[in-house]
Amino acid sequence: MTWEVVIGLETHTQLQTQSKIFSGAATAFGAAPNAQACAVDIALPGVLPVLNREAVVCAIRFGLAVDAQIASRSIFARKNYFYPDLPKGYQISQFEIPVVSGGGITIRVGESEKFVRLTRAHLEEDAGKSLHEDFHGKTGIDLNRAGTPLLEIVSEPDMSSATEAVAYARALHGLVTWIGICDGNMQEGSFRCDANVSVRRPGAPLGTRREIKNLNSFRFLEQAINYEIQWQINEIEEGRAIRQATVLFDPDTGETRAMRSKEDAQDYRYFPDPDLLPLEIKAGWIDEVKAGLPELPAAMQQRFVKDYGLSAYDAVTLTATRDTARYFEDAVTGAGKVNAKLCANWVMGEIAARLNKADLEIAAAPVSAAQLAGVILRIADNTLSNKIARDVFDALWNGEGRDADVVIETKGLKQITDTGAIEKIIDEILAANQKSVEEFRAGKEKAFNALVGQAMKATKGKANPQQVNELLRARLAG
Amino acid sequence: MSVRLENASLKALSTALAAREVSAVELATLFLDRIERLNPSFNAFITLDRDKTLDQAARMDARRAAGETGPLLGIPLAHKDIFCTEGWLTTCGSKMLSNFVSPYDATVVARLKAAGMVTLGKLNMDEFAMGSSNETSHFGPVRNPWDTNRVPGGSSGGSAAAVAARLAPVVTGTDTGGSIRQPASLCGLTGLKPTYGLCSRYGMIAFASSLDQAGPMAKSAEDCAWLLSAMAGFDERDSTSLAHPAEDYARDLDQPLAGLRIGLPREFFGPGMDDDVRVAVEAALAQYRALGATTVNISLPNSGLSVPAYYVIAPAEASSNLSRFDGVRYGHRAAEYADLVDMYSKTRAEGFGAEVKRRILIGTYVLSHGYYDAYYLKAQKIRRLIASDFTEAFKVCDLIASPASPSVAFRFGEKSADPVQMYLSDIYTISTNLAGLPGMSLPCGFGQANLPNPMPVGLQLIGPWFGEAKMLNAAHQYQLATDWHTRAPEGVL
Repeated sequence: MTWEVVIGLETHTQLQTQSKIFSGAATAFGAAPNAQACAVDIALPGVLPVLNREAVVCAIRFGLAVDAQIASRSIFARKNYFYPDLPKGYQISQFEIPVVSGGGITIRVGESEKFVRLTRAHLEEDAGKSLHEDFHGKTGIDLNRAGTPLLEIVSEPDMSSATEAVAYARALHGLVTWIGICDGNMQEGSFRCDANVSVRRPGAPLGTRREIKNLNSFRFLEQAINYEIQWQINEIEEGRAIRQATVLFDPDTGETRAMRSKEDAQDYRYFPDPDLLPLEIKAGWIDEVKAGLPELPAAMQQRFVKDYGLSAYDAVTLTATRDTARYFEDAVTGAGKVNAKLCANWVMGEIAARLNKADLEIAAAPVSAAQLAGVILRIADNTLSNKIARDVFDALWNGEGRDADVVIETKGLKQITDTGAIEKIIDEILAANQKSVEEFRAGKEKAFNALVGQAMKATKGKANPQQVNELLRARLAG
Repeated sequence: MSVRLENASLKALSTALAAREVSAVELATLFLDRIERLNPSFNAFITLDRDKTLDQAARMDARRAAGETGPLLGIPLAHKDIFCTEGWLTTCGSKMLSNFVSPYDATVVARLKAAGMVTLGKLNMDEFAMGSSNETSHFGPVRNPWDTNRVPGGSSGGSAAAVAARLAPVVTGTDTGGSIRQPASLCGLTGLKPTYGLCSRYGMIAFASSLDQAGPMAKSAEDCAWLLSAMAGFDERDSTSLAHPAEDYARDLDQPLAGLRIGLPREFFGPGMDDDVRVAVEAALAQYRALGATTVNISLPNSGLSVPAYYVIAPAEASSNLSRFDGVRYGHRAAEYADLVDMYSKTRAEGFGAEVKRRILIGTYVLSHGYYDAYYLKAQKIRRLIASDFTEAFKVCDLIASPASPSVAFRFGEKSADPVQMYLSDIYTISTNLAGLPGMSLPCGFGQANLPNPMPVGLQLIGPWFGEAKMLNAAHQYQLATDWHTRAPEGVL
């Protein structure tokens, strides 16, 4: 019997602001414990929060990027609970009226597209960290992260497989880094997902969901969801009901296990924070943010297909990150629109492979987009064969020469296209390989290839292979 | 000079300091000596630090010697222990913070320091400002200088007793539901709660954030005007602080009252008020009419709902505000505990007193899932109705008058067994906090019911938003025509 899977994701994205959401302390990662926690962050008696407008700008950017509604008036609320790394005994979040509602993101799985709707996105502060190791049975508290701005992005339960959930998370990750609101560093916890998973029989009402908390890699997300789906199906098939629960994924065992059930869920006693005024966002502010927003991946993909004649697949690949897209477009600018497909092939092929091998980001590629364009132009005008072009690219990658032309000149890699020069070489080859000539004339096509090889070898591969072919055939026929 | 310095106005002290008739150090010494001698009878102070005070006074003398002038330069004052003061113990009247030395100054404290004022010490108060009698303080009750068997009012009871006993020329207080006006009334002082947002709340330990407001307490309206001018002002560290231009609150003190319309809410003159309070308040109103004001009858139809609405909203906010006192980072922590939850429970069970616990329980209850709409949301709706009652009323009058407290100071223990009776002490003051309006209390006579110890009665004036200068003008003109505010308890002078 078949099962239908229903998945919704809640994603905490850490916003790239200089200072915290309600205090002036810095947000940089990795400082000594509690070195970046000011009076407000450690919740001294009497301190008050003041909203960082940069965090609001990030929320507006996101709202615009997913075509959502941006509330003209939203409310900060207190979520009350006790925990040692939550200094105030409450987290300032948004509850009834979030800053962003609606909108959505298009994801691609294989050849098909799917639109995942977003429920909402709200601003909130992060908590600190509890450190359970190295304290001889006690717990250490680091409040550097306390008060770091987060945008919690909640999707509708529109995904029906782990693959789709990962595609959504990747698209979202791409988008928030693209618009510059999040550094996307998953190891440091800048982008982490909670997955709500349930299963049901086709057509049946929604099943009971379990929430997998704090997944901080795409691989874990996929593993955890797949495990959870199978676990839920097994439970039901063995006659047990699923109970609503919060679960944790253990990467070592690959299993999920329940943390707490709904029955002991806390009552957070949300109420509007009386220390903060409602957040008012006027149309003018939204317009201002809109003016500073870059072209978004979806729009850019359409443009690449339309203007450069790329496939949809290529367009999605080239817009995986803003730096990749920028590199590609810079290369096209240098090499000309007619060579766009060639640029795309190089960026997705040679460049991607080498970056991967060297573990580099494209922004740090040793060959600039302009240098790549130089290589491509010499391929297009037949100065370089594809094979020699790789040698030129190699040289540029290793810092030997300022641009393709300099490398071609100093290494003498220019393709030989002068008919006279090629004929001269062919004559020499024919004179030196009478045996092959006789074999060819006796009907051995293979001998022809050997002669081409000899000619290419004699020119160190620089002769235009097509010309060599034509001229050799003409000589042999004559 | 003719006036004794301990009984002098801020204006007289300012003049004497400017004329170098007295130094800041001499003035501070005079008050510290009085505190040492008299405070044991009243328990108005929690913390004193003679060295720190005299050091600060010496720096103010140096500032003057360097050419600085300023109306408050070198004048001493004391702060309610709810204000964080750098390097001073700041307890909020609680065992929970009995070991907390603040590493920073509240904005109000910083502003008064910048104006040149010298800190004499930290004043006793009801624990976390929850109380109307100062009986909830961890540091023992404050005694009313007019009769030490009676309460000084609360929560700013230490503040009120200090000025009444002439242990400080002026003091700071805070008012969430009447905590400046009721003790001012019970101790024969002038005290003002400003418009919500006028004085920064930064560094003022929060009780109920949407209601708390700092204000001056002094012997006269003029002194309140001087102090308020230095306390008030926009603060970017308090998001609820109002971007209101700086004002000289003494500017209109000398304006005549002819044409002033004083509204008398029917609901505040009904039953529930003691007769001796009624007599004194009626006489004060007659005095106002003699000064050229007219009185008009008005109605605040929803004011009967103010006490219940307040006792939902204030505890709700308090239950959350006091969550930070968990024993993790500062303050009291239980000595022994089995695990985290045990540490929390024991710390808070030991650190908080009964009244604070009661309000945390009420607040937690009204915010709970399933009760929020019925209590918190409904109370917020009532709050808006109460505010619109005032808006309507101020269409026909300039100020509103009423008693500040339904009775004169009561005896210790008289109301502490019955929380509801205690809560009703603030029946005339709470609605102004709910509406964010300014209110003040000024002495208007003595209740005769307790002879041979007549106790002070306070008249409350309520103004429209930003009506402080007008209220102070009305109070000052009354004080020019009467001498109630000049009376001091027997034995203190």
